[in-house]
Amino acid sequence: MAKYILKRLLMMLPVILGISFLLFSIMNLTPGDPARLRLGEFATQEDVEKLREEMGLNENFFIRYINYLKDAVRGDFGNSYNTNLPVMKDILARFPVTLRLSFNGICLAVLIGIPVGIISAVKQYTIVDTTSLILALLLAAMPVFWLGLILILVFSLKLDLLPSNGIDTWIHYILPSLTLSATSIATLIRMTRSTMLEVIRQDYIRTAKAKGANERRIVFKHALRNALLPVVTVIGINFGVLLGGAVVVESVFGIPGLGTLMINAVKMKDTPTVMASIMFAAMLAGVVNLAVDILYTYIDPRVKTQYL
Amino acid sequence: MAEITVLAKKKHVKKRSQMKSIWFRYKKNKLAMFGLILFITMTLVAIFANFIVDYEQVAIKQNISNKFQVPGKDHIFGTDQYGRDIFARIIYGSRISLFVGLVTVAIALTVGTIIGSVAGYYGGKVDNILMRIMDVFLAIPHMIMAIAIVAALGQGLFNLLLAMSISKIPQFARIIRSAILSVKSQEFIEAAKACGTKDSRIIRKHIIPNAIGPIIVQATLHMATTILGIAALSFIGLGIQPPTPEWGSMLSDARDQMRYYPYLVIIPGIAIVMAVLSLNLIGDGLRDALDPRLKN
Repeated sequence: MAKYILKRLLMMLPVILGISFLLFSIMNLTPGDPARLRLGEFATQEDVEKLREEMGLNENFFIRYINYLKDAVRGDFGNSYNTNLPVMKDILARFPVTLRLSFNGICLAVLIGIPVGIISAVKQYTIVDTTSLILALLLAAMPVFWLGLILILVFSLKLDLLPSNGIDTWIHYILPSLTLSATSIATLIRMTRSTMLEVIRQDYIRTAKAKGANERRIVFKHALRNALLPVVTVIGINFGVLLGGAVVVESVFGIPGLGTLMINAVKMKDTPTVMASIMFAAMLAGVVNLAVDILYTYIDPRVKTQYL
Repeated sequence: MAEITVLAKKKHVKKRSQMKSIWFRYKKNKLAMFGLILFITMTLVAIFANFIVDYEQVAIKQNISNKFQVPGKDHIFGTDQYGRDIFARIIYGSRISLFVGLVTVAIALTVGTIIGSVAGYYGGKVDNILMRIMDVFLAIPHMIMAIAIVAALGQGLFNLLLAMSISKIPQFARIIRSAILSVKSQEFIEAAKACGTKDSRIIRKHIIPNAIGPIIVQATLHMATTILGIAALSFIGLGIQPPTPEWGSMLSDARDQMRYYPYLVIIPGIAIVMAVLSLNLIGDGLRDALDPRLKN
């Protein structure tokens, strides 16, 4: 198992490398002179040139890329073009916040979405089923930030129950996490429902019923385990979407996480920060996918044999 | 006697073409029809926006004395903090959302098809290289990829289009590649090859018609997520710039006024939900209509 994990992590490397090259090219081959942007319109050409020398912007593209990589491996992602402070500091400060938010989002989605999906499947065509499906449809069509605004409207402004800004206490995390989980809840309800429906029709379920097992035992012991397989994969795939949603949710709720760092850096054309934050986000998505795959082997022992 | 009647009856049963039977199955799905009607209505409104309300006068021109009118007689959806009619802005906003959504999917589909079909049909090394490159793109979540491209190119309508389509190309390439792979392995392709049919003819007459179904379903669903993405980018300020009306940026403006004028937040959101919902319903309906076996 450890060998498999190591192998997967190694496989992630070329992808991360590819991402870094892609981003580096995008950022550096497009119009906009960082030195000029830092000094402003009225700076003299001499000053701009001097700053370009200082920032090392005049060297060959590939040399600059290699230098960037060399520094990055040591943990130095350069200094922000705006504050001139090491980018790594900002990222290390904000990364845990985003991590916590995303984690909450997934947990809520799993805790709410999967049970509703199961109940919906078991009680197919009843009012419970119809309601859940309509709920899933609506949640999937809603923009994440709109849901956040509506929740703030109802719970913070009108009812004055929950806070809408910042991250001081765990209560502050309630609304943002709920908002973030919405799309995933919708996906999980539909996915769980359809896999459960498929599994329920299988022969081994019929056998269990014929043997006289009560319904609960059938659902939990036999059907669930098999139905969860595709669902687990979907959670992994959906995490990328969730991460994108986190960026927006942070903006809505004023949460100082990786997302707001990224957005501000983009608006101010702060290339090192943009690059570093995107790479961290991609690495997070990759690690979650890996975790999901490993989880998969615990749910379906057949898969384990492939990886030993 | 009975047998002859049965045989005679059989001759009159016309063979329904595939398209017709797909449409027939689609029509039976009430939700899907609702989605289709809703979408067509929205499209018509967007196209004929000029005839409903005047752009400059109503949607753009500020009229501070008129500000914050609650929805009522004069202004169906009320006015915003600059006195602009919300109803007009919603209608013109639909133009942008639907247009960018459509063009994005069109571009991503075209480029994705080229990449995906080359990879799928020829396989081997070409396939490997192309898919590795696509994997790099796919490792970055959509929104974040779009943000990166906007970071590089700057803001504005054209760059938004570019950003959104580039972030979708890898997904379409994958979908098309797998559609082609699944059709390629079927027996009738082998049979065609055995008959000596040329490659191009096989692609044209056999592979594409069978692969096109799932592709259209995915295109519809992707258009829905694109509309959501455009709204999100505009909301955080990286998409469509003011004063052009766009549902996402309308919500961003409404944020500060939320406490006293909640209608500013509720209405554009409902517009987005309607657009995305209709597309989702159409996509799901198509998926069920194309392959009824998949339905429970």
